[in-house]
Amino acid sequence: MLQEITTLIKKDIKLDFRNRFSFFSILLYVLTTVYVAYLAFKQIDQVRVWNALYWIILIFGAIQMAIRSFANETRSRFWYTYQIVKPQSLILSKIIYNAIVLMLIALLTYGLISGLMGNLIKDQGMFLATILIGALGFSSILTMVAGIASHTDQNATLLAILSIPLLFPFIITLMKSTEFALLGLESGSGFLNLLALLMGLNVMVIVMAYLLFPYLWRE
Amino acid sequence: MKGIWWKILAVVLILYSFIFGIKGDIPHLPILRETIRNLYFHVPMWFAMIVMMGASMIFGIKHLAEKDGSKSQLENDTKSVLFATTGLVFSTLGLLTGMLWAKFTWGAYWTNDPKLNGTAITILIYLAYFVLRGSVEDREKRAQISAVYNIFAFILMIVFIGILPRLTDSLHPGNGGNPAFGSYDLDNGMRAVFYPAVLGWILFGFWLTNVKIRLKRVAQTLDKKQERYYESIL
Repeated sequence: MLQEITTLIKKDIKLDFRNRFSFFSILLYVLTTVYVAYLAFKQIDQVRVWNALYWIILIFGAIQMAIRSFANETRSRFWYTYQIVKPQSLILSKIIYNAIVLMLIALLTYGLISGLMGNLIKDQGMFLATILIGALGFSSILTMVAGIASHTDQNATLLAILSIPLLFPFIITLMKSTEFALLGLESGSGFLNLLALLMGLNVMVIVMAYLLFPYLWRE
Repeated sequence: MKGIWWKILAVVLILYSFIFGIKGDIPHLPILRETIRNLYFHVPMWFAMIVMMGASMIFGIKHLAEKDGSKSQLENDTKSVLFATTGLVFSTLGLLTGMLWAKFTWGAYWTNDPKLNGTAITILIYLAYFVLRGSVEDREKRAQISAVYNIFAFILMIVFIGILPRLTDSLHPGNGGNPAFGSYDLDNGMRAVFYPAVLGWILFGFWLTNVKIRLKRVAQTLDKKQERYYESIL
């Protein structure tokens, strides 16, 4: 199982290395969106606005990323993969790979917004810890829903409407904890509780994906 | 559920809650005043909605657990989606009664309140569920995929409704320092109307769904008959 997962992740990395343009298109997407925001805002000096802007850009960037996770596969290659590995390994490998990519996107968005519109974060460590844990959660929900949406014709729109409401529990918790980081509040029990809650949500979603994903391919 | 007794019970309980909800004694509280009677109509909608959505998820699980989906003519899938529609009806009614109540007591139809946000995401999730169903042609595949989404979504919705009030303040009773209804103002007189109303609406929801399931069956049988008729004249 573990070997299957690592092999699948390696395969995904190789694939993305081969179609670099598709990978860079997401980074470009984030860059463009941040620039639009820059033209609109110029300078941000309110914590609340900074926080909202960061998460909105990241959510839509993440959705763009997740669309690729199944659309990238050609039908025949997918069937081939499906024949030789367990569906559980497939979903776990996709979740892990997407989480890594999403962490890069989250860091990039953080760098771009801070660079262009000012870094308002008081506690950088807290902020980075939150976005890295958040990336895993986003990736687990989005990968699972991308698996669902890939069965339909209009998968891009559908992925957005299916996944955004499901992301709400994460979004609300993440926004709360990045607000802690932005305001530089004592990283006391409140912040740790939020991180624990996020980890709990991550585990729950991954377990559900593990249990439900096999049914998506049983045709 | 077989028999007619529970349908009669549903009607009796709902009529009882109408009569005593409007005529019965209520505690006289500031701000709330007579609008407290809305408790009998607004809150049971949410209970009924959660039960309907839960039933929808259970039939989703049943569908996935079936070895061969075609055996039962996708019966469980039909039940699952019809329970979800009934749930959506209750959520709409709950939203409307709640908005009126909010206008009278809080001064606005919509506030940034965790319970309202919870409702918003529930409605968004189930509307998305219907869009998902609409965009898959194949019936078997549609049943399979929408059951997966249904289970995934219901659990996340419950989590959202559960954790959210602990993160943000609410205007609703029992949150953010507001006293809960149960603590002192929901006196026994109100309880005697409120709980029967909840049970009545839940039973009514099952009845409504039951009728829809039977209508669906009739429609399917008629379709088949028509098909056979066309085949015979060709």
